[in-house]
Amino acid sequence: MGMNMTEKILAKHAGLESVRPGQLITCKLDMVLANDVTAPPSIKEFEKIGRPVFDRTKIALVPDHFTPNKDIKTAELTKTVRDFARKYDIVHYFEIGRVGIEHVILLEKGIVAPGMLTIGADSHTCTYGAVNGFSTGVGTTDLAVALATGEAWFKVPETIKVQLTGKKPGNINGKDVILTLIGMIGVDGALYKALEFAGEGVAELSMTDRFTISNMAIEAGGKNGIFPFDEKTKAYVEGRVTKAYEAVEPDVDAAYCRTVEINLSELRPVVAFPHLPGNTKRVEDIGEIRIDQVVIGSCTNGRIEDLEIAASIIKGHKIHPQVRCIVIPGSQQVYLEAMKEGLLEIFITAGAAVSTPTCGPCLGGYMGILGAGERCVSTTNRNFRGRMGHVDSEVYLAGPHVAAASAVLGKIATPEEVG
Amino acid sequence: MKLEGKVWRYGDNIDTDVIIPARYLNSFDPAELATHCMEDIDTSFAKNVKAGDIMVGGRNFGCGSSREHAPVAIKAAGIPVIIAANFARIFYRNGINIGLPLLEIGSDVEKIKADDTLRVDASTGTIENLSTGDVFRAHPLPGFVQDIARAGGLINYIKEKK
Ligand code: SF4
Repeated sequence: MGMNMTEKILAKHAGLESVRPGQLITCKLDMVLANDVTAPPSIKEFEKIGRPVFDRTKIALVPDHFTPNKDIKTAELTKTVRDFARKYDIVHYFEIGRVGIEHVILLEKGIVAPGMLTIGADSHTCTYGAVNGFSTGVGTTDLAVALATGEAWFKVPETIKVQLTGKKPGNINGKDVILTLIGMIGVDGALYKALEFAGEGVAELSMTDRFTISNMAIEAGGKNGIFPFDEKTKAYVEGRVTKAYEAVEPDVDAAYCRTVEINLSELRPVVAFPHLPGNTKRVEDIGEIRIDQVVIGSCTNGRIEDLEIAASIIKGHKIHPQVRCIVIPGSQQVYLEAMKEGLLEIFITAGAAVSTPTCGPCLGGYMGILGAGERCVSTTNRNFRGRMGHVDSEVYLAGPHVAAASAVLGKIATPEEVG
Repeated sequence: MKLEGKVWRYGDNIDTDVIIPARYLNSFDPAELATHCMEDIDTSFAKNVKAGDIMVGGRNFGCGSSREHAPVAIKAAGIPVIIAANFARIFYRNGINIGLPLLEIGSDVEKIKADDTLRVDASTGTIENLSTGDVFRAHPLPGFVQDIARAGGLINYIKEKK
């Protein structure tokens, strides 16, 4: 029996010929990631082990959640990360002014690559499946041990194959695909499992679409969400990834525990209602839902293509008078490109706020906290109760197209309604 | 390890944002986290929980963020074991790694109600509901995961192996 992509990467890093679902293995890690929330407790645990870091070139420390620091406590957290980075001369440490959201910059800078095995003390570490890597989120203790040993244990997951068919309509993007999938299989539909994307529909998806889709594998409970390597992947990683890498493809007789099919041509713009990412509905079916805020950004949809989509809809319009629209580029590079392309001008003249790169409102950290009863359409990935502020506030998840249209019309809307 | 305590009962998909909201993630002091544990869905928990009480959830307990602050907050609140139908993957790892036993009992969990009293043997996975007389068996932990649990968490386990 052959292996699928996840099994191939795990086997290789465990030094084994092959692995089977359920097997417990220990793997060598190519990259170990933490942020300003998870690195400080990891560092504390790491110090208990009493060893130096395993490899200063294979650690990425990205203070993105509360950056620039929102208060004294977060300043102390970032300082812990900074001091550690200096002490061990960590190569991939990002200071304010150079930092962006971890899952945007690790890809953008080619720090993660096809075939690589990455763990991160952040649940959205699964994003790197988009470039044909295996990557998954862990907690602070796993991270601490990884910093010291460069290894982690895994249970080889079963894999769900997501067969993508059909042509993708122009007004559909990665967010519609992944929210539709989570709506179909549920927020625990891929619990303990890998998602593997396949089929001729993959070629229809831009790299940005794939980043959004892999990013939200965790919202279906998944361990990772991996895409095959193709011309688009190659074009993306070329010029970014400097190390040698080895892409993987599934064997023809690879095993899957289940196959789910999504016909891209049948997709419509969707939105996930509070308080679960699986409460997916077609925007055209929901009636009028007035909103107070729109957030465009995050590791899910904070890339240049996302901002281009949003700007193309907002251009020539004003943000609705009852709506606060906050646009957050995912990295300094995205910010700069948005400036050069004139997107920032479109947002600002329309009456939107544009922020320096940060996670900020995505996790209810700062920069756009919701009050009681307020509704927000957000391009982020979680709409749990209280995620963006007051427990009685509501978050509706959508792609940049629906978010932008909603910002203009003051209600959850499709881009077509903006006209 | 034998434990006996009163049940705090929660439903399906209890996420890490309600276990410990992000507004408190500027600290990782367990005692401070414990004072805010579950407050967005249950304001009485942090105030009234007694050391030794047992938390029981439904499906996909601990879904969402990788924040280890979540199991840490529950443990620091005095809960020595969590029982659920099943757990979200990262939360499960984190529980094991910090030495907080997590027992999965599938749909049997529906037979446990708020304020029931349970007797739990975390090492064998046997759960007795003293209020109803029901007895449940949790799925056993795989081999070296048991070793991690026995060592009191992953850090101790790694130190022992060194
Ligand atoms: S943007 Fe949101 S989901 Fe992504 S890493 Fe930051 S807080 Fe987490």
